[in-house]
Order: sequence, then structure tokens, then C-alpha cells
Amino acid sequence: MSVSKNRTRLAADIGGTFTDIVLETPKGLFTAKVPTDLQRPELGVMQGVAVVLANAAVCAEEVDVFIHGTTLATNALIERKGAKTALITTEGFRDSLEIAYESRFDQYDLSIEKPSQLIPRNLRFVVSERLNVRGEVLIPLDRAGVVRLVPQLNSLGIEAVAVGFLHAYSNSEHEQQVREILIDVGCQAEISLSSEVCPEVREYERFMTTACNAYVQPLMAGYLRALEGTLRASGFACPLYLMTSGGGMTTLESAVRFPIRLVESGPSGGAVLAANIAAELDERKLLSFDMGGTTAKIALIEDFKAKTARNFEIARAARFQKGSGMPVRIPVVEMIEIGAGGGSIAHTDRVGRLCIGPQSAGSVPGPACFSQGGEQPAVTDANLLLGRIDPDKFAEGKMKLDSRAAETALVKHVAEPLSVSLAEAAYGVTEMVEENMANAARIHSVEHGADLSSFTLIAFGGGGPLHGVRLAEKLGIDRIVIPANSSVGSALGFLSAPVSFEVVQSLYTTLHDFDVTAVNAMLDRISAEARDIVSAGSGGAALVEARSAFMRYVGQGHEIQVPLPAHQLSEQDVGEVSKSYDSCYRRLYQRTIPERDVEVLSWSIVVSTVELSIEKTTAPVNYNDAQASGERSAFLPTEQDFATVQTYWRPDLKPGDQIRGPALIEEPQTTCFVNANFTGVIDNNANLILERVVR
Amino acid sequence: MNQQTQRSMSSVIDQQILWNRLIAIVEEQAQTLLRTAFNPIVRESGDLSAGLFDIRGRMIAQAVTGTPGHVNTMANSVRYFLEKYPLETMHPEDIYLTNDPWKAAGHLNDFMLVRPCFHQSQLIGFTSCTSHLADLGGLGFGPDGSDIFDEGLFVPIIKLVDAGKLDMTFMSILKANSRVPIEVEGDTYALINCVECGSRRLSACLTDLGLADLVQISDYIMDTSRQRTRDLIRALPEGSYSHSMRVDGYDEPLDLVATMRIADGVIEVDFSGSSGVSLKGINCPLNYASAYSCFALKCALAPDVPNNEGALEPLVIKAPESSIVNAAFPVPVAMRHVVGQLLPDVIFGCLQKVTPDLVPAEGTCCLWDLPLRGGYAGGQNTGKTKFATELVHNGGTGARPDRDGLSATAFPSGVMGSLVEITESVSPLIIWRREYRMDSGGAGKFRGGLGQVIELSSSEEAPISLFAALDRIHFPPRGFAGGKNGKAGRLTLSNGTEFRPKGEQEIPAGEKLVVLTPGGAGYGDAKHRDPSLIEQDQNFGLVSAEAAAADYGVNAVSAKGDNG
Repeated sequence: MSVSKNRTRLAADIGGTFTDIVLETPKGLFTAKVPTDLQRPELGVMQGVAVVLANAAVCAEEVDVFIHGTTLATNALIERKGAKTALITTEGFRDSLEIAYESRFDQYDLSIEKPSQLIPRNLRFVVSERLNVRGEVLIPLDRAGVVRLVPQLNSLGIEAVAVGFLHAYSNSEHEQQVREILIDVGCQAEISLSSEVCPEVREYERFMTTACNAYVQPLMAGYLRALEGTLRASGFACPLYLMTSGGGMTTLESAVRFPIRLVESGPSGGAVLAANIAAELDERKLLSFDMGGTTAKIALIEDFKAKTARNFEIARAARFQKGSGMPVRIPVVEMIEIGAGGGSIAHTDRVGRLCIGPQSAGSVPGPACFSQGGEQPAVTDANLLLGRIDPDKFAEGKMKLDSRAAETALVKHVAEPLSVSLAEAAYGVTEMVEENMANAARIHSVEHGADLSSFTLIAFGGGGPLHGVRLAEKLGIDRIVIPANSSVGSALGFLSAPVSFEVVQSLYTTLHDFDVTAVNAMLDRISAEARDIVSAGSGGAALVEARSAFMRYVGQGHEIQVPLPAHQLSEQDVGEVSKSYDSCYRRLYQRTIPERDVEVLSWSIVVSTVELSIEKTTAPVNYNDAQASGERSAFLPTEQDFATVQTYWRPDLKPGDQIRGPALIEEPQTTCFVNANFTGVIDNNANLILERVVR
Repeated sequence: MNQQTQRSMSSVIDQQILWNRLIAIVEEQAQTLLRTAFNPIVRESGDLSAGLFDIRGRMIAQAVTGTPGHVNTMANSVRYFLEKYPLETMHPEDIYLTNDPWKAAGHLNDFMLVRPCFHQSQLIGFTSCTSHLADLGGLGFGPDGSDIFDEGLFVPIIKLVDAGKLDMTFMSILKANSRVPIEVEGDTYALINCVECGSRRLSACLTDLGLADLVQISDYIMDTSRQRTRDLIRALPEGSYSHSMRVDGYDEPLDLVATMRIADGVIEVDFSGSSGVSLKGINCPLNYASAYSCFALKCALAPDVPNNEGALEPLVIKAPESSIVNAAFPVPVAMRHVVGQLLPDVIFGCLQKVTPDLVPAEGTCCLWDLPLRGGYAGGQNTGKTKFATELVHNGGTGARPDRDGLSATAFPSGVMGSLVEITESVSPLIIWRREYRMDSGGAGKFRGGLGQVIELSSSEEAPISLFAALDRIHFPPRGFAGGKNGKAGRLTLSNGTEFRPKGEQEIPAGEKLVVLTPGGAGYGDAKHRDPSLIEQDQNFGLVSAEAAAADYGVNAVSAKGDNG
């Protein structure tokens, strides 16, 4: 990582199991991993912070900035542990949130249950009002009806209210009036308006996003204020920023208003890390692969930027099935997440096929080799039996792994049902989980018109380095980067995120009937809104603005994001926008449809601070054969057999050190398995670079 | 770990990895089609399918993404292509096409493409895909045709692409025969893309795994899937079970009758006794009737066995010629899904007699889609916006043996319902209401899913034409094991006029159309319903105090929290 000189910056990532802390100082990088304190998360953070400050001999007052990401909002939604929330919506549409798309997420399962409602029907209230698609009032707001709701809301103990009216994205007045009335009449709850949280067309997603925002708001506001108080009390005087799902950071005030944007901040930090390493190494096409205990996340990084999207589905049901969660429309780093991690359980299905996950053993009971009562074999058990993990060095040697338990589990649940040997079973488990991840990556690349064989893979997270090589082979990728400190990758990414905020607004137009004045007025308004939020945290730094439009051929159903010039549009610009649409469309789908008009549904403006300029790495001066730290027996896919393999201790490796596969490169939190088809070298930034030499 | 030598990896795991890869390839094909299709019914409702075949024409993998209506139709269709174009005549860059309802997917709107896949200069198999094109001329997409020729352009099996060269003559005929030439052209290109992408992936996958052909994997997939399906059938009591269901039909009621024979690991369903063909286009070719019948059997018995010919082999669907479920050329078939989508409830009716508590009670089944047109008045300018749109909605599903039915949810189709804001942004319509329909779910130990109430009108004070093809208005879904029937569907105007389930009808300017979709039926005796669920239903306003008293014998307590 490039270190910004003379600044002392602190990042903390609260995950479901561990809280990762990274301190960047002019002297170097200090990291800590502590268990997450589920009751008082800020205490867990402070515990880890104390460790790194002590190790670095830095005091709280010296820290220039603190960047924080957390899964608390996500967990509250998954576990349905948010506030008691009510919805106020347009009369006649009480069930929009529940009816959704009228579909089943599993075609063949007769016993599916739809996701339980955040806001049950008895807490969904309606008032008389109606706007049309242009925002014109068809039925005025029944103000007295709103007043009458307040005693009911208060007596029900409602802590948060989501207000969502039809077409409020085109006229927010009725929603604003509801908020004013609620406050005037003494409603105690926090209030989220759909026209502020998500001013986009499609009532189901807009109401859902607003409902989720309201649902986590009291909890997140309380937590963030408590954290701020604790930091101040501990002597920190620096600004506090929150990492968002979109790969930028935002101010405390904006996080309190839009806590829904804090979901998925950890994975977005990982993508920021990948984008930075892409810039350092001048890799224009990078596939980011972050594999943890429960899931693997795969993202495309092109031209040093992670792709972003506007949709994210929170809290999918147990099998991670698409459509089984709650879709929210917020800016997110676009990635696919599949149920493939070190804890993913191997089993055979009713057809007798070997399946991996998506069920995970988690950290409790964990894989069978953890000896914590887990009896089903997990991916980690297979890696252990294949000799890829040293049973004595797992998690910095804090946990001794039991090979016998792994063997028993794998024999019972895989080898016997399939009538194969133990080695075949263990290798089959790793191959199958890698196959699943490769299939997911292929589908993702098709959706973006990307040819993966020209990409470089970056692998991190606890499982990334173990499975990166085989994944690359399956995808036809020849070059792999394993960054230093890869197990705290997300927190590391926070350090290089810009302060940024994105506003997406719906305003329908076709290119044929393009109303330049109306579009400019709307863009100016949302630009000012985003600038206000970013300026509050940028400390006067220069800001950049990226504008884009979500467009499609009239009659199509899927929009593509097309860049717009970063200034007021003129009539001439419309022709340029059209050309820009054509080239984006061609890139995705090979051909355009010349006679067809194009429509714009929504517009986006991202305002951010200028990203830190990243120094390109230089090549090592000398190349030497690396010194092996030892050897052990490991299964080699190329030989289909066990053989003696050299091990290396990564913290001891120097720039220019070369390693020929097969090899096991160990570090405190993970191990990189290199097969005979690859060689590795350590670069000047301590990245491990693997190249395929045998095809 | 015992480190003994293991020279060759298990073929079982290798085969399974390859099987997974083949399924991923067909999924990728389906996704490509979904994202490039023009027709909204394809991309919103997944009215498509994608498959891989071996050189014998056996389907070895089919995408899960797609409609049940294509599950079995696709499995049989590649053989027809092989009859017309023998293997030895095929070029690596050929693509074949048909929309023959009796060979492809049951009506003319479904185009099916097949492309040979070559690997190392050897023909190893085929990729195939099907999707619904918006308009092929004729009377337009509706039930009012009197024969297949009223329903549009009929394309026998042709070579669409001959050694890499697209047949432009055909493309010009296609465009000249459609009301939406650009869409159908675009959709044809999307289909071409889809089969080409599948072929490329298949060859790359064989290279990666060092394989020459699909012979071994194909046998493995067939044998494993057939065996598993047969084992599941063998677990059922052998015998013969019949069930009959009366539905609305076009202008007179239809009887759908099935006899299910279970013996020796095979299920045979015979639709003898079902009504004869209809004069209008709601007839099903047998391939389409088979698709929905097999879908229902798979859901109930073997949801986890992947779709392929082996899995389908032990399921045999028969029907007498000239019945509504085996309608022969040249009867009209455009809206074959109205009858086809009702067949799962007939199959479930039989299965209920085979093994209790395996299947749900009857539900809405058919889509409640509302094709609407306005602004057309004999070609004259009315000053009103011209539009044609299709709102897709659903009623409730039947209660399950262990839980309530799903409210306002598609089954058996896999469509997505329309959103109000999107409907209003693409057409001059106002939707005034879209909410659960209270008391529509059939009472029972488990309650049927609720239907919904939809009210709509023109936003321009203009008349609108509705092209209805709906069912369950005269005959509601029936309960199982003592459960009560769901509420029948209803179509009325705000002035009280009742609409027919099928055919073109006008919504006059200034009137609202009121649509009440059916509720699913109940399962089990209502007196065994958990009292806390009865209370919750009242509290949520899903069941009224009166209905709670009448159906569940609950003393009327005014419903709490209902302000809707």
C-alpha cells in the first residue's frame, strides 16, 4: 500500500465475528483483530484501537482521521432486531411492500415462505392523497387524516416512521407535509421520507429502501453517537467518517440520516483496496476475489475503479437465493456474493451430487477440525487434509486444528456416499467450491461484457490465497496478486476511500423529446445536495463530480449506466449522450438498434474528494530465489497425489524473492497455495505476484 | 491423512464438476437472453428457456431460469430438427429455427433456435433456446383466432443461419409480418447471441477439462437423474388415481380430467375424459400440456433433480387426440397457457389421492394479466394517447398441507407482477388501488393465499379495450382435506357491469375497471386452525370479523389495527 506521508490514520471494520483495526503512521502499518462485542460494539472497537496505538506508540490526540465501517445495520435487518416501525402510504396501496413482484424466489419449491415483513400489515397506515406520474396533485393530502394517526403511532410505541407515497420522487411536497404535521402534533418517532432516502421510480424498491432506513435509524443513530462520545472521551479530536456501501466515506450527520447506506461497508472497503492495488500495479482489468468464512465476493475493477450499482438485496434467506431478501436501491459497489467460504459445509444432495454450502458452519461450531462440536465437513477441513493449512499455525497459531476430526467428517459425509477415497473427497470439495465461484464469476462477467481471460485476479480475505490459483486457472487468468495484510483487507481499503456522496433521482425523458432546461435544473439541485454533504467532511479539499444517466431503448426493461459530461447540458450535448449510449450498449451486447428511441429513467451525481494520487510500484532491483522456511506433504492436483512441498514464511520474504510452484506461502492469518503451473515474486510493495508459466 | 497414492481422480467427482459446469453454461445462456430481450414478457417474466443437448438429441441440461411451460417442450424438440437436418449435413456455424407450436413450445410466438456445437472439428452436441416474440401478425396475441392461420406467421424448421450467413430473406419476411418489426428482429438477434454464447462456452469448457466429447457425461447425467426420479416414484404406493376439475373455458365450461397410474417407477398421466378442443385459441398442444404436468410432478416429487431428459423419462403424459390438452394442427393455440397453467392443480388433485399432505389445495393457477389498448378508433385520430400494454397480476395460491397459501403470488408461472409507477409511466392509466382482497383466501386449518383488488381507469377520460383471457371466475379453487374454497375472481366496472372471463370488452370513459383476483383454497378443517393465526389474520385485516365468526366460529371482536 502506498502510505500518505506524515498522516496518522485509523480505520476500524466491525464484522460479524471479528473487528479489524488498522493504524497507518509515518512509521508504518499496525493491525489488530479482536472479537466483535455484539452488545456494545464501540467497546470492541476501543479495545482494538488501544492495541494498535500501544504497538505504534501513538496517542489518541495524534490521530488525524478515523474511518469506520460496520455490519451492525445489516445484522439488525437480517436478525429483524431494528426499531418498531410504521409505514404511512397512499390510500389503496397498503400492501405494496408485501405484494412486491408477486413472484416466488424458488420455482420448484412448494413450501417457500416469503421474507417476514419489517413492517407488518397492522403497522401500515394509509392516508388519502395522490400524485400522478408528473408529480401533479390528483387528490390533495388529507392533513386531518395525518393528525389523527399520531395518537395511534404514539400509543403503539412506534419508534420510526417510513413515509412513502406514489410518485413522491417527482414531487416530495406531500411527504414533507406529513413530516411537518407529525412533528407538530408530537410524534416521537424518527421519520424517513421516500423522496429523500431514494427518490427513484418503482414504488416497491423505494418504499422498501425507506422502510429499511427507518428500521435501523434509531439503532444506528444511538450507536454512532455513543461511538463519537467514547472517542471524544478517549482524547480523539479528529473527524469521524463512516464507510458506505458505495465505496466512499461520509460524515456522521449524513450517516445518521441515511443509515441504510452503511450496509455492506466491509465488502466495499475490500473493493477499494483492490482498486488501489490495481492503480499501484497499473492493472486496468482486475477481478477482485474476497473469500471469508461464510461467503465469497467477486467484483470487477476496471480502469482502477470498482463498478457500482444501485441495487442490493439485503438478508437473503438461508440459501442465498436471489429474490428471497429485501431489495434496496442505494449506491453499492457491484459484487456478487455466493455462499462459498472456509466454513461452507460439504454434503451430498438427494441425487447423490457433491454440494458445497451455502450453509456455513460459521465460527461456532465451525469446521469439524475446530473441535467445537462441528460434525459436518467444511472447506477448511478439506484444505487441512490436503496439507494446505498447517494445523499448528491456524489463526496465528491461536487455534490447534484436529485432522482426525476433519477426516471423520469428510469420510462420513463425502467419501462414503460417493464411494471415493479420502484424498479424492477432500480434493473434490476444493475443486467443487472453486468451480462454484468460477461459475459465479463467469455469469457476472457476461453481465458486464467482460472477457475474464484478459484480467488479473486479486485474492484476499482468509480463503482468497488458498483458492486463488485454481480459480484463476478455471477462468483462464494468468496473473494473480496476493496483497500484503490481506486478511484485514477491508479496513485497509477504508484508508484510501474518498469522501463521497451519490444522489440518484428519477426524471423520465426520451432522447427524442429531451427537455434540457428541466434536466439541468434537476441536475443542479442534486449536485448541490451532494456537494453540501461532501463539503461538510472534505475539510476544504477540491471536489470532483461524476454524472451519469440510466438509459435503455424504449420498451426494454434493463437500464445501462451512461456517463454524462460534468457540466450543464446543451442541445448539442444530447447528440453526444446518444453516441455515448450506443458505445456503452455495443460494449455490452455487441450491436445497437439504430431506429430505436432511447429513454432515460434516472440520473446520478457522485461528488467526491479527489482521490489520493497513487504511486506506481517500481520493479524490484534484484531477484533471488526465496529461502524456504520448511516443507510438508501436500496434495498436488497436477500430480493427483501427495508430495513434499516447500513452505515459505511471508513476513520474512523480501522484494525480488522468487518462488517456484508447487509451494505454500504462509502468513499469520492465511496460506497461499501455489501449484506447479505458477511462479511467484514479491514486489516492492510486498505484494505477492503469481504468474502462470505452464498452460 | 493416509497419504497413499491416488493416480487417477475419481471419475464421479470429475463428472459432477462437469455436470455443474454444463448447468452454469445454460444459466449463462438464459441470462444473456434475459438481458438483451426486447419483449417485456421475456425479461420481466422469464418467458424463455435455454438448454444443452447431446448428438442424439437428448437434453442434458436446462436452465432453471425460465418458464415451466418450456420444461418438457424443449426436451423433445431437438429431435425434430435432426429429422430435417441430419448430423452429417451440419456446419459449425449453422443455426436452425422454428415456431411450429407442435414441435417447439405450444404457440407461434415462441421461437426456438438450435445450433450445432463443434469441438476439435467434431459435432458434439447442440445448444438451444426459446423465447416469446411480441407479435407475429395475424389477429395479434389473443384467444380470438379460429385456426392457427389467424394467429400469425408459421415458420417450419428452417436454416436461419447457413454456415455463418444469416438468411436475410427470412428476416425481411419476419419483419414484414409483425406489428413491432424492430422488437422481433432484436429478439431474434438475442436468440442467436444466446445459442452462440452457449456453443463457445461448451467448447471452452471441454478444452479446459481435456475432454473430446459429451458421450460419457451425457450417459452419466441421464442414468443418475433417471435413477433418482424412479427411486422417488417407487416410494409412492402403486395404483391408479383420478381427478377432475371444471374451469371457465372460453364460452362454456371445460372439464380437465386426469388418471394417474403409478407402477414400476413410472408415472403415467392420461387426460382421457377431458373436454374436446375449443373453437377459440385456448387449446394446448400435447407438448405444452406435458410441460406443465411434468412441472407439477417435479415440484411435488423431485424438485432437486436437475432438468434433463433422464429426469423426465419416467414421467409419461398422454391425452386423446382432439382433446383440449392434445389439440392437433390447425386448431388455434395462441393462449394455450390459460388451460396449461391450470393442469398442475389437476395433477395435484391426483397426487392428493396418492399420498396425503404432499401437495397444496387448488389455487388461482392462471395469470391474471390484463392486456389493455386505447387511443385506437378505426385509425382516426382521437386526440388520446395510443397505447397497448399488459398488466401482469396474480391471485392467491392454495394452502399447503403445513402452512398458509401465498397471497397475490404467481404459481405455476414464474412471472413478475407489474409495479404501479411503471405502469403509469408507460401508459395513460391510473391505478387507484392494489391491495389484498379481504376474506378471499379459503378458510381451513391452513388458509388459502389472498387475491388482490385492483382498480384502474384511463388518465385521459378515454375508453380502453380489455382483451381478457382469465379463468376461475365461474369455478373457484377448491379446498382439500376439509378446507373451504377460495373466492372466485371477478371483473366488473365501477357502475356494476359484470365482464366475461374471456374476449375483448370495453371500459367506457369515466369508468373504473375493478379486478378481484381469486383467492387460493384452504387446506384442512378450519376448526383446527391455530387460534393465534386466526387472531393475527383479523388483526392484520386479512379476515373480517364476520368471516372469522362464520368460518372459524370466532366471536366477533372488531378487527384491530385495520385502517385500510
